[in-house]
Amino acid sequence: MAGLEDLYKEIIIDHYRNPRNRGELDSPPAHKTEGFNPLCGDEVLLTFALKGEIIEELLISGQGCSISQASASMMSAAVQGKSIGEVRDLTRQFKAMMSIHEESIGADDPPPGDGHAFELGDLEALKGVVKFPVRIKCATLSWNTLLTGLDELEV
Amino acid sequence: MSLPSDLKSNFPLLSQTINGHQIVYLDSAASSQKPDVVIEAMNNYYRTINANVHRGAYQIAAEATEAMEQARAKLATFIGAPSANEIVFTKNATESFNLIARSWGGQNLGPNDVVLISDMEHHANIVPWQILSAEKGFELRWIPLTPDGHLDLSQLDRLLNGVKMVSITAMSNVLGTLNPIREIADKAHSVGALMAVDGSQYVPHLPTNVVELGADLLCFTGHKMCGPTGIGVLWGRAEVLDAMPPFLGGGEMILDVRRDGFTPNELPHKFEAGTPPIAEIIGLGAAVDFLSSLGMSDVRQHEIDLTDYALRALTDRYGEEITIHGPSNASERGGVLSIQYRDVHPHDLSQVLDQRGICVRAGHHCAKPLMRELGVGATARASLYVYNDKSDVDALTESLAPAGELFAL
Repeated sequence: MAGLEDLYKEIIIDHYRNPRNRGELDSPPAHKTEGFNPLCGDEVLLTFALKGEIIEELLISGQGCSISQASASMMSAAVQGKSIGEVRDLTRQFKAMMSIHEESIGADDPPPGDGHAFELGDLEALKGVVKFPVRIKCATLSWNTLLTGLDELEV
Repeated sequence: MSLPSDLKSNFPLLSQTINGHQIVYLDSAASSQKPDVVIEAMNNYYRTINANVHRGAYQIAAEATEAMEQARAKLATFIGAPSANEIVFTKNATESFNLIARSWGGQNLGPNDVVLISDMEHHANIVPWQILSAEKGFELRWIPLTPDGHLDLSQLDRLLNGVKMVSITAMSNVLGTLNPIREIADKAHSVGALMAVDGSQYVPHLPTNVVELGADLLCFTGHKMCGPTGIGVLWGRAEVLDAMPPFLGGGEMILDVRRDGFTPNELPHKFEAGTPPIAEIIGLGAAVDFLSSLGMSDVRQHEIDLTDYALRALTDRYGEEITIHGPSNASERGGVLSIQYRDVHPHDLSQVLDQRGICVRAGHHCAKPLMRELGVGATARASLYVYNDKSDVDALTESLAPAGELFAL
C-alpha cells in the first residue's frame, strides 16, 4: 500500500510552499495559455516569452493542490532556456514517468522534438504520484497546458 | 424515536478496513452505500425472475413486470405522488432534467421566454438549459445568494418577470441549504410558470410530499438513497407530463408505429423508451422499503442531530481555522458540510483523510457557478447519512489537524 510519504516528498512540499516563477508576464507580447482540471477545479495560467525557439521566461499563476502547484513550479524551472523541441521532449519524458505514453502529444500532428533525454532532477520527486492514479491529472495539468500553448504557436 | 444504533451492520461495505482503518464513509451526497436488502433484491431478480418487462406472457416475465411496477408504486407513495403513472424512470436526475428541458422546453420555450434557476444549482440543472437556450434563444436567469448561503428571494417578484419555468434545488449539494420550495412554487404559479425541483439531495433525507412542496416536476436519483446507480426518477403532475412530447424514441414508448408515424404510449411509458434497468428499479424499490421502515422523519431527525454535533465539534476544535459553508443552524440545512480548513487544498486534505480510511469528496461538486460565488476553486465535502454516527464525525475532526501540519502554508 502506497503511503503519504510516497506522494508528498519534501521537495514537493517545498515547491508548494515556495513556488518558483509565480506571476504573469504582459501578454502580448508574452504568450498566454490556460488549463483546467475539471475534476477538482484546479486552474493554471501560463505566460511565456520566446526568444526565437527558446523559452526565455515562463511565469505561472492560478491555484490548485500541492501536487499541481509543485509540478508547475518545477516545470517552470525546468523549461526556462530550453528550445520548444527540448520542452516537447522533456514533457514526453515527464509524462512517461506518469505512465502516460504517447506516440504524439499535444496537437494532432506535432512537430517532432529533438529526441533529447534530460536529467529530471527535482521532477523525479513526482514519481510517487503514479501510485495515486487520481492525482496524475494534477501533476500533468501544467505540462498539458504548456503543450497546448506551444501547439497554438504552430498554427 | 431514533434510528437503530447498529444500522451500519446492514451495509456490508461499511464493515471493511481501508489503509488499516475501519472505513469512515462521508460521501453520501455523491453516492450512498447500499444495504443488504437492496443488493439481495437485485441479486434475487437475476437469479429467479430475469425477463424483459411489459412483453412476455410467460410467468417470470409477468413476475418481473409486477416487481417493476410495484417499485413504481412504492416510489409514488414515498414522495406523496397522487398516481404511480406519474413516476417516470430515467437513468439519473441528470437525465430527468434533460428530459424536462428537451421535451417541455423544446415545446414551450422561445426567444422571449425566461427560465429561472439559482446560483446554487448542480450542473444537471444548469447545462441542459444552457444547451437548449443556445438553440431557442430564451434567457436563463439566476437567483443570487445571501452571504449566509440562502437564496436571496428579496427580488423574486422582479426576477419572475417573463418566467415560464422555475427550476430550483430543494437542497444544495454544496451548502446543505434547504430552500423554501413551497414559497417559490406559489410565486411561480402566480405568474403562470411551472415549478421544477431538484430533489437529488432532498428526497433521500427528508419526508417528501410533492403536493405539499407545490412542485409540478421533481427530479431525483436512486443511488443517493440507498438504491443502485443507473436509475433515476422524474415525477411530474399527470397534466404536465401528458402535455409533454416524448423524449427518447423507440420500443416501449409507443402504442402504434406506422410508416407515416407513431402514436405515443400512455404515461409513464411514453417517456420510457427501450428496455428499462429492471434490476435497478427493483433495487430502488427495496431501498424505498428500507428507508420507509426507518421512517423519514427519524432519518431527518438523525441528520439534524448529527449535523449539529459535527458543526459544533469542528468549530469548537478549529475555530477561526475552519470555514463551513452554508447555514450555521442544523435545522435549516442537510448534512452536507463543505469545509475549508486553513489553506489546505481540498485535494490534499482528502488524500490525508483517505490514509485514515475517511472518504470525503474534494472538488467543485458539479456546481462551478456556486464555487465562483464562494470565491473558491474547490471544497472538501463531508456528507452524512443514516449509517453515520458520532464516531465518524470524531474521526473527521481528529484528522484535520495532521493535514494542516503537512500542508498549511
